[in-house]
Amino acid sequence: MSAKTITAPTSADEPVQFYDLDEHAHPEGHSTMLGFWIYLMSDCLIFAILFACYAVLGGSYAAGPAPKDLFDLKLIALNTAMLLFSSITYGFAVLQMQQGKVRGVQIWLAITGLFGLAFLGIELYEFHHLIEMGATPQRSAFLSAFFTLVGTHGLHVTFGIIWLVTLMVQLSKHGLIAANKRRVMCLSMFWHFLDVVWIGVFTFVYLMGVLR
Amino acid sequence: MSVDPHAAAHGHGEIEMPHASMRDYVIGFVLSVVLTAIPFWLVMTMPLSAGATGAIIMGFAVVQIVVHMVYFLHMTPKAEGGWSLTSLIFTVIVVVIMLAGSLWVMHHLNTNMMPMPHEPTSQTAGQVP
Amino acid sequence: MTIPHPAPETGPFLGKLSLDALPLHEPILVVTFIGVVLGGIAVLGLITKFRLWGYLWTEWFTTVDHKRIGIMYMILGLIMFLRGFADAIMMRLQQAMAFGGSEGYLTPHHYDQVFTAHGVIMIFFVAMPFITGLMNYIVPLQIGARDVSFPFLNNFSFWMTTSGAVLTMISLFVGEYAQTGWLAYPPLSGIAYSPNVGVDYYIWGLQIAGVGTTLSGINLIVTILKLRAPGMGLMKMPVFTWTSLCSNILIVASFPILTATLVLLSLDRYVGTNFFTNDLGGSPMMYVNLIWIWGHPEVYILILPLFGVFSEVTSTFSGKRLFGYTSMVYATICITILSYLVWLHHFFTMGSGASVNSFFGITTMVISIPTGAKLFNWLFTMYRGRIRYELPMMWTIAFMLTFVIGGMTGVLLAVPPADFVLHNSLFLIAHFHNVIIGGVLFGLFAAINYWWPKAFGYKLDVFWGKISFWCWVVGFWVAFTPLYILGLMGVTRRMRVFDDPSLQIWFVIAGIGALIVAAGIGAMLVQFAVSIWRRKELRDETGGDPWGGRTLEWATSSPPPDYNFAFTPVIHDLDAWYDMKKRGHQRPVSGYRDIHMPSNTGAGMILSGFCLVMGFALVWHIWWLVAVSFVATIAGAIIHTFNYKRDFHISAATVTAVEDARTRQLAAGA
Repeated sequence: MSAKTITAPTSADEPVQFYDLDEHAHPEGHSTMLGFWIYLMSDCLIFAILFACYAVLGGSYAAGPAPKDLFDLKLIALNTAMLLFSSITYGFAVLQMQQGKVRGVQIWLAITGLFGLAFLGIELYEFHHLIEMGATPQRSAFLSAFFTLVGTHGLHVTFGIIWLVTLMVQLSKHGLIAANKRRVMCLSMFWHFLDVVWIGVFTFVYLMGVLR
Repeated sequence: MSVDPHAAAHGHGEIEMPHASMRDYVIGFVLSVVLTAIPFWLVMTMPLSAGATGAIIMGFAVVQIVVHMVYFLHMTPKAEGGWSLTSLIFTVIVVVIMLAGSLWVMHHLNTNMMPMPHEPTSQTAGQVP
Repeated sequence: MTIPHPAPETGPFLGKLSLDALPLHEPILVVTFIGVVLGGIAVLGLITKFRLWGYLWTEWFTTVDHKRIGIMYMILGLIMFLRGFADAIMMRLQQAMAFGGSEGYLTPHHYDQVFTAHGVIMIFFVAMPFITGLMNYIVPLQIGARDVSFPFLNNFSFWMTTSGAVLTMISLFVGEYAQTGWLAYPPLSGIAYSPNVGVDYYIWGLQIAGVGTTLSGINLIVTILKLRAPGMGLMKMPVFTWTSLCSNILIVASFPILTATLVLLSLDRYVGTNFFTNDLGGSPMMYVNLIWIWGHPEVYILILPLFGVFSEVTSTFSGKRLFGYTSMVYATICITILSYLVWLHHFFTMGSGASVNSFFGITTMVISIPTGAKLFNWLFTMYRGRIRYELPMMWTIAFMLTFVIGGMTGVLLAVPPADFVLHNSLFLIAHFHNVIIGGVLFGLFAAINYWWPKAFGYKLDVFWGKISFWCWVVGFWVAFTPLYILGLMGVTRRMRVFDDPSLQIWFVIAGIGALIVAAGIGAMLVQFAVSIWRRKELRDETGGDPWGGRTLEWATSSPPPDYNFAFTPVIHDLDAWYDMKKRGHQRPVSGYRDIHMPSNTGAGMILSGFCLVMGFALVWHIWWLVAVSFVATIAGAIIHTFNYKRDFHISAATVTAVEDARTRQLAAGA
């Protein structure tokens, strides 16, 4: 498309409107969802770097312990279940929101938060157990990469829970106003995004690690 | 980030938000459970060779990520005028370039490294035991 | 290597910080410090005397207006530019002196900090604030928007960038800066070889500024995607907006890589992990690999917006529509994608082998094609145009001549066997200064001369502008041609002293070049001062369109009102403002309504202040302060989310008053 081929009608009598005389302001926060999604994409790249490090350094045990010696898949399966349950319970919170039930949203958010805490508790137990065995982040490049990747995910879940509590307070103060609805949806994206990252973690780090 | 609690009351209209349904969440949840359980079962009981298991669980992970995107994150080609999907595709391209490129580059660097006298702590130590 | 100072003991209250951290043994720093303190007292005194604190706080520091934030970014860039250039002059002087047994005047410890700080400051705290400021100011105006999508975030981003810059500047007087080169490669930057705080200043300065950069990138992407005036489809966006969009996409898709990589480096330094160490399986080469996955897109982040500037300037001052708009857009998109496929050309010599090196050599040559296409587009735009040699156009032509040569030496370096000879030589230094000064800086100067009247309502002085122009262009070539020659002779970068006396003459010439550039910078500052002084004479009498512009920013007054446009323009064609003028649009002079705007807030500055304190505490291992400032940051952010009332309306009466004044001004001008 050559720009020159667009010839504008030059006749002065043809009414061409150059200003929007009857405009309506953009609805509040109409960009928030897209902006938050793009933020998640940037976060995704942070995880991608950590995955890349694990992929490259994950075989450098430095004569230390290997995944086979360390990972307890039953524990990881339990942890994965916690996160999956928290996903569907967050979904229920969103459904309650669509029906305009503040109480329901809060209850399901609280349940989601409890599953999140359970996930974190199990993860901390696992880390504690590994460190007691001498498998510390300093022991080898593999363990540095492992702790950093899984720990960064855990840190995200922690911030998710802090946000969740904040949101519950805000819901009780202002109810399901448009701003709060948007926040519920943003946290929903954040929470489910952490789930997606966890799929990568349990497959690539734990399951593939044990296979190695 | 400006927020107006009375936006709807002003008649500005609601912003576009993805509509979720119980059906979506239940389908998504059931699929995720299946797609998670099978890889765990495969690795914990090892009915197949390591190579085949690896390929299968990686495949399952990709499918499960798509399931989460569709049913939990409500990703559609039309969301946000297509920009959500476009940015996702762009991110995936960058991630693939970065992962594949790093592995390729670092593999060649490792291969071309001179063998070191203190073998146990070098790059290749992982393959020794 | 010798470590100049042993790592200090850490105490519970001040961490590693003690009086020894003050570089009292460096006379240069002491004198600089006294100068900064006296200057600072003078500035603060003047602000207090003229009672400007309230004004600065309400009108500037807390502003969410994209125009004011843009100007603040430009001021930040300018201040840091003077610091970065001082480093450059010091290096040139040292290298011109240190021959025949002379040690020059800088100790190794100091010299290594100078070249590191020069690189870091020029890229992160000069070029980045300049382009971010430019995009912030111009993009919303070009797309007919009232502000960016997330005005508070914009203010916060600015203050985070500033906090990063402040932390970096603190290192000048408290402790030391990194002595590692601008990308801080491990193992040198690891705790074993850099046990002092220099690298920590580097890490936290960049991390804090990086948050600001990433958020501002997200903000501008969403602004461009969501807030375009009705009728402005993607292929009707001005080229500068297009290149800004691509640049911001690159920011969002690459700065997280830098953030993550620096986090891993800091874990190695603070926690003792083994990502990039030589022991226990770590791989320093992985750091080099990762940092350049960020680093190469970064150079396109810097240059793309300026490609947009050159397009706007060429088209305006040739009086023609841009030649090949569509190809320009596609070339930009190609560069955006391809910039992720070339990173290895920064370390051909690390030993990846023939297959990897050939792949990245070829992709590097491929990426020069879309850039070349752009150059031909500009030339064809000028062809048979009625070219007006105003200052912006002069800078653009200087760019074309300079940048082409920089591009060609780049293609030379893209050939792996040639790179094996030239790697880390002064040839490389000359190459990237050739593209960054000839591309980014010349572009910024074109942009400043072009849009200054829009931002302030009067043109810049031409006489001093021309002096600055000629000093810069001549000085640049005098300074960097010797470096090309020295590089071809095999002289490596970052050397403090030289043995071969035959090389000295080239360094002396380069030093003279740097002094000519210094004169150019001086002339530019004089140009600003003279223009501000003579602003009445230089006033733009055309009511906002001094150059005969083609894009929407020229449709509003200069400086634009807070709300940019009383009525949102409706776009029918590319070059919307030109189209409106050609078809005899009538500016509506009545029927104004209330305009919905975001309110100012001090939250951004306060939160960034907490982050600055946290960064300083992390550098010095003052753990209680880290904890306090971290909690304060999180709590502050949460408290901010409880503020739901963040907007107000500019009343129709105010809008009417402002617009009526403009109506009278336009009538007087006509």
